Amino acid sequence: MKRIDIVAEARALYEDLDLQSVKRWMAGAPGRKAVGYLPVYAPKEIIHATGMLPVGVHGGGDQLEIIRGDAYYQSYICHLPRSVVELGLSGRLDCLSGMLFPSTCDVIRNLSGVWQVLKSGMYVRYLDLPQGQDLDAMVAFWASDLKILHQDLARVAGVEVDAEALRASLALYNAVRETVRALYAARRDTPERVPSEELYLLSRAGEVLPPESFMALAEAYLECVRREDVPARDNSRVVVIGAFCEQPPLGLIKTLERAGCYIVDDDFVLGNRMINHPVSLDGDPWMALSDALVRDAMKSSIFYEADPTGKKRLVKERAAAARADGVIFAAASFCDPALLDRPMLRAGADAAHVPSISFKYSENSGQFQQFREQAGTFSDAIKLWGGR
Amino acid sequence: MSKDRSMVLQKEMIGDHFDRLERAPETGQKVVYTFVPGNLTELIRSFDALPLLPEINALQSGMRQKSRGYIAEAEKLGHSEDVCTYVKCDIGMAKTGNIGPTGTRLPKPDLLLLSYTGCYTFMKWFELLREEYACPMVFLHVPYQGDGEITPEQREYMVRQLRDTVIPALEQVTGNKYNEEKFRAAIARSHRMEDDLVSVLHSAKKRPSPVDAYFGGVYYIGPIFSSFRGTAEGEAYYRALREEVEERAALGWGPETPSGRLDNQKYRLVVEGPPNWTSFNDFWKMFSDEGAVVVASSYTKVGGTYDLGFRHNPDDPLGTMADYCGGCYTNRNLPGRIDMLVDYVREYAADGFLINSVKSCNSFSAGQLLILREVEKRTGIPGGFVESDLVDPRYFSAANIKNRLESYFQMLDARRSPGAPGELHAK
Ligand code: SF4
Ligand code: SF4
Repeated sequence: MKRIDIVAEARALYEDLDLQSVKRWMAGAPGRKAVGYLPVYAPKEIIHATGMLPVGVHGGGDQLEIIRGDAYYQSYICHLPRSVVELGLSGRLDCLSGMLFPSTCDVIRNLSGVWQVLKSGMYVRYLDLPQGQDLDAMVAFWASDLKILHQDLARVAGVEVDAEALRASLALYNAVRETVRALYAARRDTPERVPSEELYLLSRAGEVLPPESFMALAEAYLECVRREDVPARDNSRVVVIGAFCEQPPLGLIKTLERAGCYIVDDDFVLGNRMINHPVSLDGDPWMALSDALVRDAMKSSIFYEADPTGKKRLVKERAAAARADGVIFAAASFCDPALLDRPMLRAGADAAHVPSISFKYSENSGQFQQFREQAGTFSDAIKLWGGR
Repeated sequence: MSKDRSMVLQKEMIGDHFDRLERAPETGQKVVYTFVPGNLTELIRSFDALPLLPEINALQSGMRQKSRGYIAEAEKLGHSEDVCTYVKCDIGMAKTGNIGPTGTRLPKPDLLLLSYTGCYTFMKWFELLREEYACPMVFLHVPYQGDGEITPEQREYMVRQLRDTVIPALEQVTGNKYNEEKFRAAIARSHRMEDDLVSVLHSAKKRPSPVDAYFGGVYYIGPIFSSFRGTAEGEAYYRALREEVEERAALGWGPETPSGRLDNQKYRLVVEGPPNWTSFNDFWKMFSDEGAVVVASSYTKVGGTYDLGFRHNPDDPLGTMADYCGGCYTNRNLPGRIDMLVDYVREYAADGFLINSVKSCNSFSAGQLLILREVEKRTGIPGGFVESDLVDPRYFSAANIKNRLESYFQMLDARRSPGAPGELHAK
């Protein structure tokens, strides 16, 4: 497959707000069902182990006209829930047999209740991800919750709870995360060959495709990357932090790179790589998945930071791992997790002399001039004065 | 506005508490910062430590017109204009000398007890304070009632954290051993206080209501939601409050309000959402001038839903703390909140339902427009909607709110006229 075709396929999936691809997959065999989940992290393995397709619901971006959604949210709440409600009320999510709402923030938490009221026939579950410092208690709690979720989803799917099937799904999603990491590594090492727009579209494709199809697409893409030589530009290398839930419009991602910033690490679609290492395939699979989340999740604004120095160190460590010159703090407007974390993260960046800029966006921002200027000036300043 | 005896009593209690807090560095008493929803006051005090609640400081700063400056200070330091103003008010206060609402200096925390109950922002707030004070922090994860209940597994999870994490942290910071007898005795006192508070809240079912369950309600819940649950002073306060309210009810009196004693009550309202603190009396007056009394409110349940039947149980001290935390209002899911409000409208025979939606608080505000529709649909009474903020005066537009309230009351009048379509059911 040629790069252009791979990217075109991924773009079509990104633009497919009606979930046609999901419906096609469902039509591929009798009785197939799909279950949606909101950002940031949901245990897709459990959905998959019941034979259903996990489908990421990441809002409507800049492609969706909000007709009804605004009537449900005040102006001082981020844009994501109104576009998700719009998707729901316009029937675009009707092919889903369930929706999972992780404990990302109080907006998504309360959206679970909105869904319970608006979509009373659908299976709706709030996922209370484990938080805190008592790791053993957290593992036990989340494992028991995963089991309940598994039983519920098995009922929705009309199958039995099957530990072996879950083990197989754990193995499959271990491979998916490895593939995602390979894409990220390729961009980090050769950003000129992996434009962030393309990596992003592939990540989004992974949110709606069956895992095997996503891996095949990503492998084919990586093959092109290895084959094609692209001259490197004199760009700065930046990490984009804070855009983990409401996604920036594609145009914004492109704008940053065109303004002279190679994005070498980011938080986009973070749930697809939240767990750092392969989940153990030995023993109780629910415990294994729970243990992996509790002890081996990426640091992020959605989880409690038990280490008092953790927030301070994070930006420095991420910038170093990505060999970045600077950091862009990009948060959705009114996004509590990203914006409340920002002063701590920024203080860490300053203390480590990692240059940074900040801005806010909305998934439907249409004007990129201001971002272009800000990123361009930032990139020039880095080149002139040096990064970290 | 003329003050009830109980208000004077409460003022003295708060003054004494802040004095003790100010003297803590000399007396050696340890200070534990914590939050209102899911507070573990009896447990903290059983270790002879003093609780300090940053939310209360922030709202008091709002009432005393200090919050504007504090928020500006925090925003200058890089805190976003989009986030909860309680947090910014608190940080601004800390950065400008930590002089508390009563004018005394506030001590630094010896421990941050993060009871993660019903609000995501709590987590970030205390992470920020940990940076500020470089002190230990302990985390209690209280699961949310996503499916409308706390399951046995969730309860066990909380009990385990209390036993294995929270209590050891308190032992370490205070140097005192966990004293279950003392803890139980405090819980037994809480139980009695809760009975008295519920009797006060239920008195609003009478006509006229002897209490205002929102503006007046925030005074009634003050001690039990803050540092006094399980204390002898707290118990005395609630006994006095109950007697006072029973007296008023016997005399057929309404509550004291900024417009005087409100005996002639034209509208009985249920209110959802926190009040605005920077213009608290002006806001209240917009209601009382129109003869509107609030007969039930959700805000007065953020620190415990006692009126729904929960009581602290001294026979199961850790389990009862778990039940308490799990049941706080903002830890209930949206359908549960809607049910509660619908029940209030019916039980308190309200003729209006109003939401004050505050910009700061996603925990309360996200989903409120759906709550409005559903409560309207299920009760058949029209809902009103106003917007403000907790402690940021920039978001309190008096003229706008007053206009909206006036139109809302007119709408209630129109429905009340005999023969009007949808004549108020509660007559
Ligand atoms: S963008 Fe931020 S505030 Fe909005 S739903 Fe996502 S995490 Fe919550
Ligand atoms: S977001 Fe709401 S509940 Fe949370 S601290 Fe702010 S006002 Fe309180």
